[in-house]
Amino acid sequence: MSKPVLGLVLGGILGIFDGLTAYFTPEARTMLLGIVIGSTIKGVVAGLAIGFFSKRVHSLPLGILFGLGVGLLLAFLVAAMPQPGGKHYYFEIMLPGAIVGAIVGYATQVWRGKSLSTA
Amino acid sequence: MRWLSNATVAHLRRVAEWPDLGATKYRLLGELGRGGMGTVYLAEDVMLERRVALKVVATSAPAPEAAARMLREARILAGLEHPGIVPVHDAGALPDGRVFYAMKRVDGQRLDALAPTLPLPERLRIFRRICEAVAFAHARGVIHRDLKPENVMVGPFGEVLVMDWGVAKILSEPPPATGEGAAASGGGAAARPGGGVATAEGTVVGTADYMAPEQAEGAVERTGPPADIFALGGVLAFLLRPEGAAPRPLSAAVRKARATLPEDRYASAGELAADVTRYLEGQRVLAHAEGPLERAGRVFTRYRAAILLILGYLLVRTLLILFAGHP
Repeated sequence: MSKPVLGLVLGGILGIFDGLTAYFTPEARTMLLGIVIGSTIKGVVAGLAIGFFSKRVHSLPLGILFGLGVGLLLAFLVAAMPQPGGKHYYFEIMLPGAIVGAIVGYATQVWRGKSLSTA
Repeated sequence: MRWLSNATVAHLRRVAEWPDLGATKYRLLGELGRGGMGTVYLAEDVMLERRVALKVVATSAPAPEAAARMLREARILAGLEHPGIVPVHDAGALPDGRVFYAMKRVDGQRLDALAPTLPLPERLRIFRRICEAVAFAHARGVIHRDLKPENVMVGPFGEVLVMDWGVAKILSEPPPATGEGAAASGGGAAARPGGGVATAEGTVVGTADYMAPEQAEGAVERTGPPADIFALGGVLAFLLRPEGAAPRPLSAAVRKARATLPEDRYASAGELAADVTRYLEGQRVLAHAEGPLERAGRVFTRYRAAILLILGYLLVRTLLILFAGHP
């Protein structure tokens, strides 16, 4: 499995779980499906970008930092989208989103699948 | 009358021993070092315009045996083409009959001098390279028999070269006639037809601190690759010395490599290198039986970033859930 594919898969899976945590927030529970889909798409896009970055840059700290940045940016875009109630959940979406990005950044950096054998 | 100083006399003696390279393509530049069997000179290959190290049989060495052993060393080295083994370029005889061979001039430092200045991971990476070279030699049926930090050179670009194969043993060689009694260290060469030379049974070759018990007994027949594994254990112990209290897994690796019985040691230099690699990568060293706490500590150290990130995520999520709906 190449680093971009790993980023895509891991970002998607973590995105699903991250979205599912909205279940524990009663006011967001009614929008759970939309949140999970949005979170998954965010995770997939972030994971793909982080995977390609890891393919080019071999540095654990930089990989984590890049993942953090991409996760934060995409989470900001999601949080900034117009909400039905008009309330934005910047903190609740951006903070976990950034950490999920960092986790994907870490995983794609330490992954030695296809990238090493083709080097 | 004016007397020459001792230093001047010593210098003149040394220069008088310098080989006559007139009939060769080499030009003498200086002396690099002396051993029991030969002297290594710095020379220039005038045809290729490059510097080489020229090993010449010492004038004091017993002529036929030393010449045969020198030629044998050159042939062994020539057959061991590996990045970790110093390459031989040429061999021949000088006008005075002394045998010589030309090898790569290694600019660098001896491991014994360099090691104390390096961090532990770097020392261990050098050790792995030594193991790789030794494993290669073993695969070719050659055992070094005198592995020690003094016989390892580390070049300016990190290249690691195992030197001084003067007492190496070829495993496929038939055993020579049994020698009467033990000879002194480094000697015991038995000249054989065809220019071959081997160490007689009962002869002790090597360096005491790094010598396996079977090698110290002069049991040439029983001295095989495990003797080099024992010596590698000594080299690893030397490399751990600057640490004071060495990490337990590495101490266990040293103990296994230096086990009294050959069958209790690592089966190969590659296995020893693999255990050192495991340590470097935060994996379990097979020679070391670790406890649960030690294992937990190792796993945490290895996956520290991942564990902290996941814990951070769970903490953030928990706090957000707990404080959701609390303005």
